[in-house]
Amino acid sequence: MFKHAIIVGASAGIGAALAKQLGMAGCAVALVARRGDEIEQLAAEINTTAKQPLARAYQHDVLNVDEVEGLFQEITRDIGGLDLIVFAAGVMPTVAPDEYNIQKDALILDVNVRGAFAWLNEAARRFERVKRGTIVGISSIAGDRGRRGNPAYCTSKAALNTYLESLRNRIARFGVKVVVAKPGFVDTDMTKGLPGLFWLITAQRAAELILKAAKRGKKTAYIPARWRFVGLVIRFFPSFIFRRLNI
Amino acid sequence: MTTTLRDEPTLPFQNLELVHGWGLSTDAVGYVFRPSTVEGIREVFGLAERTGRTVAFRGAGRSYGDAALNAENVVLDLTRFCRILEWNPHTGVITMESGVTIQQLWQYALPDGWWPPIVPGTMFPTIGGCASMNIHGKNNFAVGPIGDHILEFEILLPTGQHRTCSRQANSDLFFAAIGGFGMLGCFTSITLQLKKVYSGHLNVEAINVPTLDAMVQEFEQRREGADYLVGWIDGVAGGKGIGRGVIHEANYLKPGDDPNPAQTLRIEHQQLPDTIFGLLPKSTLWRFMRPFVNNFGVRLVNAAKFYASRLLDRGKIFQQSHAAFAFLLDYVPNWKRSYGRGGLIQYQSFIPESTAAEAFKAQLRLAQKAGYPPYLAVFKRHRRDDFLMTHSVDGYSLALDFKITKKNRAAIWKLAAKLDEIVLKAGGRFYFAKDSTLHAASAEQYLGPEAVEKFMRLKRSCDPNGLLETNLYRRLFPESEASANKESLAEIGAQQRHE
Repeated sequence: MFKHAIIVGASAGIGAALAKQLGMAGCAVALVARRGDEIEQLAAEINTTAKQPLARAYQHDVLNVDEVEGLFQEITRDIGGLDLIVFAAGVMPTVAPDEYNIQKDALILDVNVRGAFAWLNEAARRFERVKRGTIVGISSIAGDRGRRGNPAYCTSKAALNTYLESLRNRIARFGVKVVVAKPGFVDTDMTKGLPGLFWLITAQRAAELILKAAKRGKKTAYIPARWRFVGLVIRFFPSFIFRRLNI
Repeated sequence: MTTTLRDEPTLPFQNLELVHGWGLSTDAVGYVFRPSTVEGIREVFGLAERTGRTVAFRGAGRSYGDAALNAENVVLDLTRFCRILEWNPHTGVITMESGVTIQQLWQYALPDGWWPPIVPGTMFPTIGGCASMNIHGKNNFAVGPIGDHILEFEILLPTGQHRTCSRQANSDLFFAAIGGFGMLGCFTSITLQLKKVYSGHLNVEAINVPTLDAMVQEFEQRREGADYLVGWIDGVAGGKGIGRGVIHEANYLKPGDDPNPAQTLRIEHQQLPDTIFGLLPKSTLWRFMRPFVNNFGVRLVNAAKFYASRLLDRGKIFQQSHAAFAFLLDYVPNWKRSYGRGGLIQYQSFIPESTAAEAFKAQLRLAQKAGYPPYLAVFKRHRRDDFLMTHSVDGYSLALDFKITKKNRAAIWKLAAKLDEIVLKAGGRFYFAKDSTLHAASAEQYLGPEAVEKFMRLKRSCDPNGLLETNLYRRLFPESEASANKESLAEIGAQQRHE
């Protein structure tokens, strides 16, 4: 269904899995990530498997928001159009229970939020102009409530959720779909070594479900769907109980 | 290889537009510029070069498919480049900028007693677009394509050079740029010899024919004496009635035939009516047509049209204005919208006279068997011409309109590939203005390697950096040096339409 896509944060995890699956489906895909070697290798792998030059790698650090406008235009030219953008870049540094570190927090917000704004604003204004397109933000169930574990990470995902909702309210009337994907636990570098993981799914499975939601233009997609009930329960826990839970 | 940000300037966002092929079945996003002067065109060339983009020329956007699309690159819309530069009402020679439309042209010249020698079925294309595609009319068998009436043109090459071309000067470029689908340069002026007419009317006769063989026979009998001939075919009718339809023959009035030419040559006399039956505004008519644009509805309408013609058109000759006869496609504004959101494609092929009837019957049978009969089928007689990339043959063409939906798109493209096989086997040709489905190998086969090589040689000399491209060019000539050098993924998912 999708013919031209940009994956920001394509070097590993869900982003890499999305890129592979889009490539396998015949979609021209731009892989954007800080780690140039990884995406170059991934692009080569996709092109070899697909037997055509579908994937192209663009080294870029989402902290460099000033690069985005030019790079965005360059990518759309190179891949011949755009009908899907996925912002999958994100950081979640380990934060100790008694740690309050502005450098770490600022980095989380810069990558997870400011980076998303820079890329998705660019996509939104284009899609509004041409009256079509799908925007997907990879958020997290962590954005549904402020948890004790990693305040800045939860904040960044909550900010992303609200930003995407606002985008949707702004451009849905032009035929643009905005999807918030909220994965639960996914087996990626980000979750490696974390305690208390359950319902763990592979990045490939998460990518499948995200693409399915994107095709349908779902507003919010829990990945997999059973997390919707968890999210629902968590959202409605009274604060005085929630603060006592070790999550 | 990993790409990092280059220091290329960006193109202005406000020029970003979704551009459609006329049939609405294909589109692409491009940066559209609308210069009104030669200097403006040069500036766009320069901007495209600085930003590493290619340029496609677009006139009124009446090509059905992707001939005037250029995904993520520059689209140079020439509709504001539309002045009439010189007009001689004594000789009928007119010089125009390339954005002048056929409508502008006939309305300018008719009051002086001149009519464009070749017009398409709609008055909205630009003269530059007509020359680029070397369009034909319902009189192709008699007077050839529009290129046969162009005396001279000036062309701005991507190198910045200006050339004047005619049959005598730069003749190679003359015969290649006409019909060269905008790949060699931009026509900045075109000089055309118009046709003298002595009335604003034509004598028109409708002839009902029961089969395609009968239609061919009528065409062959009439073509020596006729000025215009066109056949409507009921594309849904099968069996013994395959190819049944109605021919319209039209002839110019001779001097003295029209008692009041001053009156009939007035533009007001040529205007198409605004309403149907004096009541229904034509602008709304496509909505009423929509419920009939399906296999059952078309079968019903076609049968009614065929039998009504059999009852009523018994050799009667009636008079019709030039505009009314020529511009059938303009009777119902936005009629293409009756095909629904997926739009339509027109599949037109040109087949030599000796094999035409059998090949076209095979095409109709194949389409009907696949469950996708054409909803409109138009039959014309043609003759050979001398243009390098010509679509014409000494034979016939059949244009078939297919409705495109999300569901049938892949099947129609598959059907088109099978129709291509019939055409190629019969020694036929195709027409870039209509094409949406042709494959590169088929294009090379019908054009012949010699013609393609000659064209590419000229392209390399006129456009050494490969500045001029369109989606159609990349689709049909992917191996050309210019295309290959781009290293672009632009044609991935060549069917630009989102599904």
